[in-house]
Amino acid sequence: MNQSQRHILHTTLFVLLGVAFVGLAIADMLIGPQPIPVGEIVSSLWGDVSDEYATIIYKLRMPKVIVAIVAGMALSASGLLMQTLFRNPLAGPYVLGINSGASFGVALFTLAMPMLATEASWLFDIGLTGMAWIGSAAILLLVMVLSRRIKNIGVILILGMMLGSAISSLVGILQYMGTDESLKAFVVWTMGSISNVTTDQLYIFVPVVATGLLLALVAAKPLNMLLLGEHNARTMGLRVGLSRTIIFISTTLLAGTVTAYCGPIGFIGLAMPHLARMTFRTSDHRVLMPAAMLWGAVAMLLCALVSDIIARYSVMLPVNTLTALLGIPIIIFVVLRNRNRQ
Amino acid sequence: MIELRDITLSFGSRTLVANASARFECGEMTALLGRNGAGKSTLLRAIASLGDLQGGVITINGVSTKELRSAELARMMAFVNTERVQVEAMTAYDLVAVGRSPHTDWSGRLRSHDHEVVERSLQVAGVEHLAERYVETLSDGECQRVMIARALAQETPAILLDEPTSYLDMPNRYELCTLLSRLAHDEGKCVIFSTHELDIALTLADNIALVDNPQLYYMPTDEMIASGNIERLFDSRHVAFDAATRSIRFKR
Repeated sequence: MNQSQRHILHTTLFVLLGVAFVGLAIADMLIGPQPIPVGEIVSSLWGDVSDEYATIIYKLRMPKVIVAIVAGMALSASGLLMQTLFRNPLAGPYVLGINSGASFGVALFTLAMPMLATEASWLFDIGLTGMAWIGSAAILLLVMVLSRRIKNIGVILILGMMLGSAISSLVGILQYMGTDESLKAFVVWTMGSISNVTTDQLYIFVPVVATGLLLALVAAKPLNMLLLGEHNARTMGLRVGLSRTIIFISTTLLAGTVTAYCGPIGFIGLAMPHLARMTFRTSDHRVLMPAAMLWGAVAMLLCALVSDIIARYSVMLPVNTLTALLGIPIIIFVVLRNRNRQ
Repeated sequence: MIELRDITLSFGSRTLVANASARFECGEMTALLGRNGAGKSTLLRAIASLGDLQGGVITINGVSTKELRSAELARMMAFVNTERVQVEAMTAYDLVAVGRSPHTDWSGRLRSHDHEVVERSLQVAGVEHLAERYVETLSDGECQRVMIARALAQETPAILLDEPTSYLDMPNRYELCTLLSRLAHDEGKCVIFSTHELDIALTLADNIALVDNPQLYYMPTDEMIASGNIERLFDSRHVAFDAATRSIRFKR
């Protein structure tokens, strides 16, 4: 496949994914406990909607769709950042324990400070997000320090999982000590949900994640250089420390914020960058990063849709179970393929 | 081009090279020789500013490498290490294109001139037929050449290579070193490579740099052969190396 053929492939895939993205977003708006006519959805885009549906569309459906899109993009982008930074196909925010770090921050906040947690206010939102950032940044920093010392990436992944487990047990202790009410709030949070984010919270959630996404897109050139390893990148003129810091901040903003608002959502971050690589057949982050974001958004929209359809006939499933069902087969495929290659 | 002025280099508490000086010119190829653990890689990395010096300065065109910004240095000197690059879904063309990084803007976008340089680099390294192949499907020899094409795409007057012949079979070793000698003699580059292939080094290189801790001997190849340093350094209990005939002799 030559350059121009690849260019055609990329354009076609972006168009197809774009269509899937729009289609799924509309379907997500339509399907829910209460049916909404298509006309109302379309006219709601420019603010013209009957009172009957206004609340449902603006307070429930639209935030949910926006959260699904933004969270999918963020998780997938952060997974790609990790995979390139650690030069490991199995790196991702969940595997490296970054989600657990965010969980710990959230647990500390909701369980140890229940007086704040019971009161849903802007102070609560900022505290929750802040603690999730601190938690995820701390773990990321720890994993990065370890990865400088330990060159074997398999060991790093195992250490990431160990850290995750250790933190989970700390969270367990916090849960044991928490009040019933705060415990319930925390357990609900751990199940992961994209429908608990309110319209007001979107004003923090969206800009913060957008900043992280922008940093991830801007870091395309450093990421391409880092693919060849740190030494090669340095001799090609990369300021490795600065690039690592940008990637680090971006990952924290992306994975930390999403975890704070939606709970720990697994496997999107790990699996979607692979889907992007396999379909677009490129390693160039100028294409791969937007491709991974688009795949992430489509995957989350799909999970949200499936969850809504199931909810019609049965119960509301936590989104985490669906992302796992979607992501794990892809990861197994990647692992088996890498095995066959060696 | 590249000058080592009175440099001292250590690995941990061990001094590898003390108060060494050398001057590497454009259009010449230098082979860096030494026993295992003598510090060939450490020296090359120090020249490439990947490691610290314990004393002295290294200059490029009279400017200390410490005073150059990383992007400036990357336009003066390219480095090829022993690491086998494993990147999923990356074509050889894309890999070589990353070598243009010191010349592109923040976004890394390639202009038509950059594409020309990438294609020419692939040609000079003799791997233009591999351009659309994925890196993971290349053999070690092919991959090493692609990495050299990547260094060429950097368009630097100097290229350093750390054991470029390791993992290669005999014909590939000679082919690769012939390529390096072409880069020095036809393209006018300053080529420095470390190697364990004494016969190749003594046949093709213009100069030999020999690390004999804590000395660094640096002289034209003929003088080095005549000096007897090589025989002395590579002598062992059962085998000896004869620099004049470039052959190994078993002791009886």
